[in-house]
Amino acid sequence: MGNNGGFENRFGMNTRLINWFGYASPATFYPLAGKMIPWFWALAALFGIAGLYVGFFVAPTDAQQGEGYRIIFIHVPASWMSMFIYLVMAFWAALGLGFNTRLSGMMATSLAPTGALMAFLSLWTGALWGKPMWGAWWVWDARLTSELILFFLYIGFIALQSAIDDPRRADKAGAVLALVGVVNIPIIYFSVKWWNTLHQGASVSLTRSPSMAQTMLWGMLLMALAFWMYAIAVSLTRVRAIILERERHAGWVEELEEVAT
Amino acid sequence: MGETSLFAALGAVIRRDLLLAMRRKSDVLTTLFFFIIVVSLFPLGIGPEMAMLRQIAPGVLWVAALLATMLSLNRLFAADHADGTLEQMALSAVPLGVLVTGKVIAHWLLSGLPLALLAPVLGLQFDLATGSLGVLVVSLLIGTPVLSLIGAVGAALTLGVRGGGVLVSLLVLPLYVPVLIFGAGAVEADLTGLGATAHLSLLAAFLALAAFFGPWATTVALRIALE
Repeated sequence: MGNNGGFENRFGMNTRLINWFGYASPATFYPLAGKMIPWFWALAALFGIAGLYVGFFVAPTDAQQGEGYRIIFIHVPASWMSMFIYLVMAFWAALGLGFNTRLSGMMATSLAPTGALMAFLSLWTGALWGKPMWGAWWVWDARLTSELILFFLYIGFIALQSAIDDPRRADKAGAVLALVGVVNIPIIYFSVKWWNTLHQGASVSLTRSPSMAQTMLWGMLLMALAFWMYAIAVSLTRVRAIILERERHAGWVEELEEVAT
Repeated sequence: MGETSLFAALGAVIRRDLLLAMRRKSDVLTTLFFFIIVVSLFPLGIGPEMAMLRQIAPGVLWVAALLATMLSLNRLFAADHADGTLEQMALSAVPLGVLVTGKVIAHWLLSGLPLALLAPVLGLQFDLATGSLGVLVVSLLIGTPVLSLIGAVGAALTLGVRGGGVLVSLLVLPLYVPVLIFGAGAVEADLTGLGATAHLSLLAAFLALAAFFGPWATTVALRIALE
């Protein structure tokens, strides 16, 4: 057979459906993640540059809030991502509990610090925005408060996982906590309706046309995409580190170029 | 397994936990006195103006109830885990969820119920009106079972973990926030004459949710801890 047979084999593999569960193994996912990371970094940079350009140079000055409003190009994507990452984390956690796949737990673990960072960034930029707009760094408004609770939930998740020495138990316990905490996400979204407070209503909604200029919306969406790609790139990098740490005794890790040298 | 034997098992677990607590009354009483002391500290820190105290009373009483419940969480499973009883429970023919429900009910009878009964006396110290005292008791009666149910998940997750006591507060307190908002909100709504029905209904909805999902999540967490 020789080379010819090998070629045919490879050709046959290409026509077959991708075996998704194959990538549930850390050994196969590790190189795949390595290949994907530069692409996500590139996309993050691309969207980030485009978003910042639109945000700073194209979007008009707001009639009421002046130039200060431009912080929403960081603030809103960070808030979106902080909520979205928690959902993704809970998704991986549920998958890990259901299918007993090790990689899912690692994925959830690697997402948590990025989610916490986003929640913190959202609170921080919110305070910077609130001072000129409301005249206060912090108000006990529903959305601020629920973002703070979300931040606490991330911290609790990270604290629980780092307190448990056995990684398998840490994964599963964290998964249960993430799923219990996911109840908090709808509360964040509906809190605006539940408590009628200082914070302005949501300015982007799916049911009615947005109350902001088109270019502002574009800038925000581009920045949200940039944050999204960044979050993927960073958590893939982190999951690779976790894989190396946990699988350090496995044969395939020792054969890796970066480990061998 | 028949329905009657499930209820028999549930009753047995509750009776056992209550009996154990009666043999060591100090555990229960410590939690209660913690509640009383924390509530009494607030006027000392803030000042004795009655108008101010009336205003902060619902929040203070509810936060103190939250903290007291949280402190009593470690006795929910820790002792049974240490002497191996919990493993026997997990191995028994009765579903673990039923036994967990029994333990949570016993925990509520020993922490939430006394707190709710004690609260009006402390509310008097804060010059709450009689009607508001009634709302306070009702809100605590509906809300504290939720605290026990959610707390059980946290207690099961941190079972035998380093620094479990402090960790459980980090996990559980953020999840207590909705109960706190609507529990204290019910009394406040009554004080301002808005009527507490909406708040109490939402609290009852939380209780229904927690009663359904809580024991289930606790069971999963216990099985993870016992692996």
